[in-house]
Amino acid sequence: MMKISLQNNAVVMLIFSAVVLTAPLWLAPIGADYPDLLQKFAIFGIFAIGFNILFGLTGYLSFGHAAFLGIGSYTAVWSFKLFTMNVLPAVILGTIMAGVFALAIGYISLRRSGIYFSILTLAFAQMSYSLAYSVLTPITNGETGLQLTMNDARVIDSLFGVEAEAGLPSTNLFGQVMSGYSGFYFCAVILIIGFYVSLKIFRSPFGLKLTAIKSNQTRMKYTGFNTRPYLLSAFVISGMYAGLAGALMSITDPLAGAERMQWTASGEVVLMTILGGVGTLIGPLLGVGIIKYFENIFSAMNPSALHEIFNFLPLWLENIVVGITRHFVGDGWHLTLGAMFMLVVIFLPGGVMEGITKLFNYIKKKLGLNRVDSEDHVSEGGDRK
Amino acid sequence: MSYILNIEGVNKTFGGLHALTDIQLKIEKGTTHAIIGPNGAGKSTLLNCCIGRLIPDSGTVNFNGHNMIGMQPHDINHAGMVRVFQTPEIFPELTLLQNVIIPALAKRDGTFKFNPFRSLAKETELEDQAMAALADVGLEKYYDQHAGSISRGDKRRLELAMGLIQQPSLLLLDEPTAGMARHDTNKTIDLLKKIKERGMTKVIIEHDMHVVFSLADKISVLAQGCIIATGTPDEIRNSAKVKEAYLGESEDE
Repeated sequence: MMKISLQNNAVVMLIFSAVVLTAPLWLAPIGADYPDLLQKFAIFGIFAIGFNILFGLTGYLSFGHAAFLGIGSYTAVWSFKLFTMNVLPAVILGTIMAGVFALAIGYISLRRSGIYFSILTLAFAQMSYSLAYSVLTPITNGETGLQLTMNDARVIDSLFGVEAEAGLPSTNLFGQVMSGYSGFYFCAVILIIGFYVSLKIFRSPFGLKLTAIKSNQTRMKYTGFNTRPYLLSAFVISGMYAGLAGALMSITDPLAGAERMQWTASGEVVLMTILGGVGTLIGPLLGVGIIKYFENIFSAMNPSALHEIFNFLPLWLENIVVGITRHFVGDGWHLTLGAMFMLVVIFLPGGVMEGITKLFNYIKKKLGLNRVDSEDHVSEGGDRK
Repeated sequence: MSYILNIEGVNKTFGGLHALTDIQLKIEKGTTHAIIGPNGAGKSTLLNCCIGRLIPDSGTVNFNGHNMIGMQPHDINHAGMVRVFQTPEIFPELTLLQNVIIPALAKRDGTFKFNPFRSLAKETELEDQAMAALADVGLEKYYDQHAGSISRGDKRRLELAMGLIQQPSLLLLDEPTAGMARHDTNKTIDLLKKIKERGMTKVIIEHDMHVVFSLADKISVLAQGCIIATGTPDEIRNSAKVKEAYLGESEDE
């Protein structure tokens, strides 16, 4: 019965896990193999996978998912302050707390659809941001950001008599300090679990119903479905993914600031998902990989680095080229991102995944294999983080 | 006599327009009841009032002894009254098979069921049901095509399969053969006759008199929002009032 096919969940998970866990190896040639960036890939990967469950399956575009990211971060830091430096409770509490908020915000926002839904979520996220920034200063520590202090309670840690070291304690998983590669592998394992859950949802009757709501919601009602609870479930699940990602952000750096909730952060996950391919399993991860990698490369560049790259040109031309391109690097790397995003949306509305699928089908055709998996969301060539 | 659907005193106005005026209609269990009438007579409005898309200004729609007015569309569906739409309401991005599996899932799972970890690939029983329903309407060959890509006539038949798979006690058909070639129309008539043998009650709105007279046990004529006559096909054929309002024009065409 076991067939080697991408329709088989075990096969997909095996490939996916192998690709994620060996990322430090195969990302080395492009200089993306340091733990900080790898961890960013994994965390934003989780964020985007969750966002895709709402946006990709139901078509409801939320512009406020950063609120849940922030809630996850704050909850995690509070867990470090109040209970223990162990990351597990922080991650679990962050996810649950984000879920509670998603339930409330989703319940209200889902009374509307389309653009009105997007605006409602955006309004809620901006309200959360303002609350965190000023009103709720006792909880969030305002613009300084919530951080660990020497006189935090940490009741569970002190109960078990964890030795107080000099300086601030560091986060750990049952003693294993969460920094460098151990931090990445912890996030990677959670990413794999998160991907598995998303895969199950995509291939369940529940997932099919969500897709049908995106396709024709009115018809779903007359077919006998109460669509609101379906949408709310999807909203809460994706909010919990965002909370999980937020909590993970606080693991290597136990600090939570209000800027994590800003609308630009909500917009970023929308960009990632669309760039990679909405509604595909792997697409959002590709989007994360591309955006975070280029952010890393381009934002680190400066005019002198550009001069080095273009010094094969005659000096006068070199100066002109650098004069133009310098605006697209460093702080201006968002210009590059914008241009990249426009190109993809105009030429490949289905995102990078569409390009990969097209290429894949083209190769298949060339090789004389005319069987094309039209319903297959996972492309063999697409497993990049 | 047991009536499955009993519409009493239904009125509906849109602004100053009287779309439906004091509609009285009783549908007997197991029969095929056709509603005919010129364009704009209020036929689709009447169906919309039955399935919860519109709420009448007054009156009751009694289905199996329960008043349906004010109930949610999904609850009316689960009560056993299912409508097949005039303009195909399908899921264009999904395959034909998925289009039919969805109503089958509604029948099995109810209005809401949270089962994100159940595997769709293991729902073989539903898949077989769906394939059988597609075979009923002659679309089984195209099961893996996207519903948006098939012809309009095929979409109508797909809709029919989506309605049939739920095995409703009352099926409301809104012009089931509109846009179909004669050959397909005849096939649909045969299919609807076959369903009748299964004991499903049907209300059919139809312009095509060939379809109406080959299927209906009873006919009601709707004109300008009022039911002007109800009777057997022969009675309707011979009614002077009906001829004046509707059939006369239609047969001249």
